[in-house]
Amino acid sequence: MLQAERVSKHYGHVLALDTVSIDVGRAECVALIGESGSGKTTLLRCFNRLVDPDHGRVLVDGVDAAKVDPIALRRRIGYVPQDGGLLPHWRVHRNVELVPWLRGVHNRGELAVRALALVGLDPAALADRWPRELSGGQRQRVAVARALAASPDIILLDEPFGALDAITRGDLQVVFDGIRRELRVTAVLVTHDLNEAFLLADRIVVLRQGRVEQTASPRELREAPATEYVRQLLRRARVVA
Amino acid sequence: MSRLAGLRGGLVLLLGVSTLAVAQSSAERAIVVASKPFGESFLLAEMFAQLLEARHFTVDRRLGLGATEIAFKALRTDAIDVYPEYTGTGLLAILGERPSSDPRQVFRQVTREFRERYGVRWLPPLGFQNTYAIAVRRETARQLNLATLSDLARVSRSLRAGLTPDFIGRADGLPGLEKAYGIRFGSVRALLAAVKYQALAAGEVEVIDGYSTDGFIARYDLVVLEDDQHFFPPYEAAALVSPAFQRNSPAAVAALTELSGLLTEADMRRLNRRIEVDGIPVPRVAAAALLSLGLTRFQHAGSRPAREASGTGVFPYLWNQRSTILSLTLRHLLLVGVSLAGAIAVALPLGLALERSRRAAESVIRGVGLLQTLPSIALLAFMIPLLGIGVIPALVALFLYSLYPILRNTYTGVRDAAPEAVGAAWALGMTPGQVLRYVRLPLAAPVIMAGIRTAAVINVGTATLAAFIGAGGLGDPIAAGLALSDTRMILSGALPAALLALLVDGVLGASERFVAPDR
Repeated sequence: MLQAERVSKHYGHVLALDTVSIDVGRAECVALIGESGSGKTTLLRCFNRLVDPDHGRVLVDGVDAAKVDPIALRRRIGYVPQDGGLLPHWRVHRNVELVPWLRGVHNRGELAVRALALVGLDPAALADRWPRELSGGQRQRVAVARALAASPDIILLDEPFGALDAITRGDLQVVFDGIRRELRVTAVLVTHDLNEAFLLADRIVVLRQGRVEQTASPRELREAPATEYVRQLLRRARVVA
Repeated sequence: MSRLAGLRGGLVLLLGVSTLAVAQSSAERAIVVASKPFGESFLLAEMFAQLLEARHFTVDRRLGLGATEIAFKALRTDAIDVYPEYTGTGLLAILGERPSSDPRQVFRQVTREFRERYGVRWLPPLGFQNTYAIAVRRETARQLNLATLSDLARVSRSLRAGLTPDFIGRADGLPGLEKAYGIRFGSVRALLAAVKYQALAAGEVEVIDGYSTDGFIARYDLVVLEDDQHFFPPYEAAALVSPAFQRNSPAAVAALTELSGLLTEADMRRLNRRIEVDGIPVPRVAAAALLSLGLTRFQHAGSRPAREASGTGVFPYLWNQRSTILSLTLRHLLLVGVSLAGAIAVALPLGLALERSRRAAESVIRGVGLLQTLPSIALLAFMIPLLGIGVIPALVALFLYSLYPILRNTYTGVRDAAPEAVGAAWALGMTPGQVLRYVRLPLAAPVIMAGIRTAAVINVGTATLAAFIGAGGLGDPIAAGLALSDTRMILSGALPAALLALLVDGVLGASERFVAPDR
């Protein structure tokens, strides 16, 4: 469904991505993990062309993303940023209707209600609230609802639950995992939390300084870390002793 | 030139809706009589105007233009037709020649040079001289035994001087005085004409510069020190007429020469005293003077409402002047409104455009900010050759002064608007135009409105300076009141201007709710 083929990206003299290749299958959830500056967010943003690579190519559903109108591409792909990124001057329902509205869908009100219900929010109680009137967890749920309202095949998440307290984060992880499996959405998840990656992802890509250190299923990763770096990462996250 | 005319026409059209005054001034070509901003200049100009009206010419009064620089530039470029000037000022301040003490020779010289350099004509002098008068309190003169400027030079280091800014700078003022007499004051403070005499009377300074025909010299019982070295050149008053006025209205020019040679220094001191000390309105004093000179046969019916006699308080005065104040306020509002609308129309899109090319942004905004540092009088004087005097250059100046706060706030507001929301809007597929319209602009609206409010309030204050180029508004009574030392008149402009500033700020503040960031 999503492929990056030998993708490189420079920011000035800094090499953010160095000939990275990954492959995300249909309805699969892949977690990009690494420290700050490892290139995981840059790689994520290549898939909806918020970043255009210097070298290599990105395929979305088999089509070279560089040959697609970036605006149209982004409207096909759900996106959840870390801080939710809700428009503070729009009420909840309008925020959730955003992508259907951009795509010119008529029943966007209905879609919004359905999406809110999907993430476990009561549309009747919350649709008319302002984002500032919501708790952090509710805001993040609204952001997920907004990403899913237009029923995209693909969803990109950039540390979506990173700013939440542990209990709320746990709740949301469970909710998201359920939705993803039910709707069979292809997902790419950027996280620095290895436990979250183990919980949500079918496969994990470990990035280090713009390069892929290892790509493996959670179990493979745990049982056979490819490098000393991955082993340390696992040890620090207390995944292995 | 025709493009300029088109621009002017367009702007006038824009203004036409809300003011009759503008329509009037752009209708048939009346003779534009102007003055500089001090009492005697007001009086002489008013006498010119009433004399012309008595001879059935139509007159447009532009009294109290900024200073020599602005009045003369306006005359030279035919923006005004006539104003009273002094030969000494012409020689030294305008021509930049060396002083000379022979009145006849000075008049010959300025007549020739003005004709050759500018095509401007001096009509035969009115008959009196009004030279600088260095004055001290009577007790100071007695204590220090002062009768002449040479006496003053002996003790000048121990004295504080309060001088008009004009006098401090010009060659025939303080610098020349220092050279001719070796006078060095212990300290020099710049004081406007309106406060100079009070400062002297209150003992804040010991020496001031005045005019020999000032009504205040008698009122405060001052001693004028004799110019024993004949340093001050003769300042003979005369009408200065523009090139076009000479060509087009020889009959009107001839009518003005009827005043030549009729006014003595004693006459002028008496007339100035009636205005400055007794507080009698300028039009009434002018009418009486023309009548007693035998130039008019009956009391000319003044075109403006007569000022109430002195003695009434500020509030009765304001009440009596209410219709004048209202029309001045409307004119003021027009100046502020049109210039502000223009500034919004330019600064808002420019701010948005700069947000897209941030590299250029800072230098462009700083460049516009530099406009803010230009002294307003200098900017106004600079524009006279391009735009003449009156409403148009005032609007352009106010427009330029309003740009910066709006531009700065638009740019900063849009740039810094909720970055996480902007990022999400991008990522979910908004076009750049949609991001601007639905996200950045509404989120920046309060900051942009704050810039507009700042510009509007500054604008209300700055617009009072429009009086100096004959654009009218609440600056008119302020400038005239300062010139005539009339506190009530100053307040009749200053109070409405202050209220207007509060009102404009309040209205714009209330309208913020309508642009507040919700749908």
